[in-house]
Amino acid sequence: MTEATPEQSTDTSDPIAYLQSKFGDVVSEDTRDGYSGIVVDPRQLVDVAQTIRDDLGFDLLSSASYVDYLEEGFFEMVYHVYDTRVGGSGLNFKTRTDREEPALPSLVGVWPSADFQEREAWDLMGIPFIGHPNLKRILTWEGFEGHPMRRDWQEPFYEEDAKPFGTRWPGGQVIRGEMTNPYGMNVQYPEGFTLDGWSPEGDDAIYAGLSTPETASGVDIQQIRTDQLVVNMGPQHPSTHGVFRMTVTIDGETVTKLEPVMGYLHRNHEKIGERNTWLMNMPYTDRLDYLASMSNNFAYAISVEQMLGQEVTERAELIRILMAELTRFVSHGWFIGFFLNDLGAFLTPSVYTITERDLILDLFEAVSGSRMMCNYFRFGGVAYDLPEYIGGPAVKPGDKARRLDTYKFLDDLINERMPRVLQELRDYLIDNEILVARCVGVSTISSQDAIAYGVTGPVLRATGIPYDLRRMDPYSLYEEFDFDIPVRYNGDLYDRFVVRVEEMYQSIRICQQVLPRLKETEGQNYWAGKRAYTVRVPKGEHYGHAENPKGELGFYLVSDGGANPYRYHIRSPSFINLTALEEMCKGYKVADVVAILGSLDIVLGEVDR
Amino acid sequence: MAEDQFTGLNNPDYPIPDELKQNVAITTLDRLYNWSRARSVWPMMFGLACCAIEMIVTAAARYDQSRFGMEVFRPSPRQCDLMIVSGTVTKKMVPQIVRLYNQMPEPRYVLAMGACASGGGPFKEGYNVVDGIDKFVPVDVYVPGCPPTPQALIFGFMTLHEKIEKQSVTTVPWYRRGANEPVPVPVLGPDLIDVRHAPLLRAEAQQAAEQAQLADDSLAYDEPSSLEEASAD
Repeated sequence: MTEATPEQSTDTSDPIAYLQSKFGDVVSEDTRDGYSGIVVDPRQLVDVAQTIRDDLGFDLLSSASYVDYLEEGFFEMVYHVYDTRVGGSGLNFKTRTDREEPALPSLVGVWPSADFQEREAWDLMGIPFIGHPNLKRILTWEGFEGHPMRRDWQEPFYEEDAKPFGTRWPGGQVIRGEMTNPYGMNVQYPEGFTLDGWSPEGDDAIYAGLSTPETASGVDIQQIRTDQLVVNMGPQHPSTHGVFRMTVTIDGETVTKLEPVMGYLHRNHEKIGERNTWLMNMPYTDRLDYLASMSNNFAYAISVEQMLGQEVTERAELIRILMAELTRFVSHGWFIGFFLNDLGAFLTPSVYTITERDLILDLFEAVSGSRMMCNYFRFGGVAYDLPEYIGGPAVKPGDKARRLDTYKFLDDLINERMPRVLQELRDYLIDNEILVARCVGVSTISSQDAIAYGVTGPVLRATGIPYDLRRMDPYSLYEEFDFDIPVRYNGDLYDRFVVRVEEMYQSIRICQQVLPRLKETEGQNYWAGKRAYTVRVPKGEHYGHAENPKGELGFYLVSDGGANPYRYHIRSPSFINLTALEEMCKGYKVADVVAILGSLDIVLGEVDR
Repeated sequence: MAEDQFTGLNNPDYPIPDELKQNVAITTLDRLYNWSRARSVWPMMFGLACCAIEMIVTAAARYDQSRFGMEVFRPSPRQCDLMIVSGTVTKKMVPQIVRLYNQMPEPRYVLAMGACASGGGPFKEGYNVVDGIDKFVPVDVYVPGCPPTPQALIFGFMTLHEKIEKQSVTTVPWYRRGANEPVPVPVLGPDLIDVRHAPLLRAEAQQAAEQAQLADDSLAYDEPSSLEEASAD
């Protein structure tokens, strides 16, 4: 893929100098205070992007964020690209367009992973991308009024620009949003809008690209007159893991086209996040990938800490890693259960993995106070130290049997129970005839395609790319621990399954190394820095990311020096992994679609945000 | 047969002969009807967001929902008695939820699980979030929490059972004369449109038009005065 051009300056170690020698004035360095990276003229964006991919070797477009600089009068698209072979801190380049008449060239031709992200930018920010093959709204619906992520767009329950709101308790009496809204609920309409003579846009846009016949396997379908059916799966469907919808064109039972339709759980994390203070966003990150709230906390905490230059104490780091790895175990365990559910085993395997999950959730509840939405991490540490005792939910007064010493509980869990149960699951499942028959060779995707579609996490590692941010762009104390990155090479459903099982072993390995060090650091400080209500983050931008169970979770944060983030963009692995769904499903049977979606292990809270 | 076999059901005001006590139960029709209904409430297999995870956990081994005769999750609304609205209701999703509710046969119950389904929760201010499913469908039980623990959800189920047991076959709405009106399905327009708001929308539009007219009039009124001023100079 990489072809070094001999006549050019071949020193690619300094990307800016290299690009400037090739493109001249088109490329300039971002010199704003607190910013880094390259500013590219939109007219040559595609050429520059191609050079960045081919010559500089940044093959993974990780994140495409959009920022509305209201006062300066432009929209900015920020692209973060990485090299999956060497990892590192990557490169970011940006391009700008006027606020009044926005337009930018599409990068789908260079990195197909830009597909959904550009649609999101069009939907929420209103930047049209010239050359995008399928530019329509993705999270809201066709016909929605306005582009909500613009700084000057106000939602129906708008109160003030930034929290904490002064207007919440005027005169000691709360005024709720619905009390001031004429409709009594969270809606607003353009001025003069009535239902007379108005008709909804409906789902025409979704079906537009689906029903047109195309040639499949070299035969013109119109000539042989086979029926092409458009089938809707979801949003209320047992296989879609929540409120996800796929519109599938099938020829007989074979999938010819597939379009994911999402946004049924679009909860406006980013808009709410801009109103919140930095710390207030911590509990919202819990609700992104709600099976892995500790990992989400981790990614957000390190992103803000990197902006602050905040140190973290050793004990806090150890607790964080323990929690993140237990979360990975929980999340992959949930995957095993529900992947088997998708393959037809119904709830039985899930019941086994949920039992183990509940034990770990007991620990989470004991340390943070909540089973699922832990809100446990703080900038500089964690909210509480490990408690002395851990109880199950059925604790009666004086019931000593369920009040277990924390370290004994952890010892039992990590050294005894988790390896044993995992081995059991492995013995029953990994060579299971039905699993092998359903999974081997299904939905294979090459490593080049996977990278091009921006796939990260276990799905990428199942194609043979050992891209794991814990090793590739190390954060926290992961460098000090001994663990492997499991890789498989076929990229099919079976490999995705096996990679996750192996990762659970590695998580246990890390936990086993953390535990003695936790005992050593007993009593040390678990929270460095000031315990303030909020923090003031220095002006600038930052993209922080961490390896979540589902893939790379990134936060692109822009601070204007105030108490609230100016921009809070989430690069969620589930959302971007879905870009490859159509490629993975094409040519397979409609029954496989359920399993393929299950193998991506999406969580809708994170897909729709 | 155990003595407590009919506890809760058998409450005779009649003396039962000793030899029949194990075999005969005398009760009211309401009690029998509600006893059987409350112990076989089938929920819909329908998860929206985070709360759905806790709902699944409630059905799993540790909390074991089947103790209440509720383990049968049905994917089809036609076979369900209970809709657990487990998570944030978004504007894009609410037409489907209302449609599912309309498809459920009577007697049907709705349980709003968690803060979001009850009133918007932490996402209430979001532009795509409905502040509570009770704006559209009638809710029987609200379960607080974010998400509610399985224990809280089970308490919600028990509250629902109590509610069912208090109903009377003579007054329940689904045996009354006349068809049961479905809830009008909301429409996605420039924003979510509850079609019941159509007169309100018209009134608002009229008011806005009148205000615009008023603004025009005041401009028209200003003009001659400025002309007068101009001629006075």
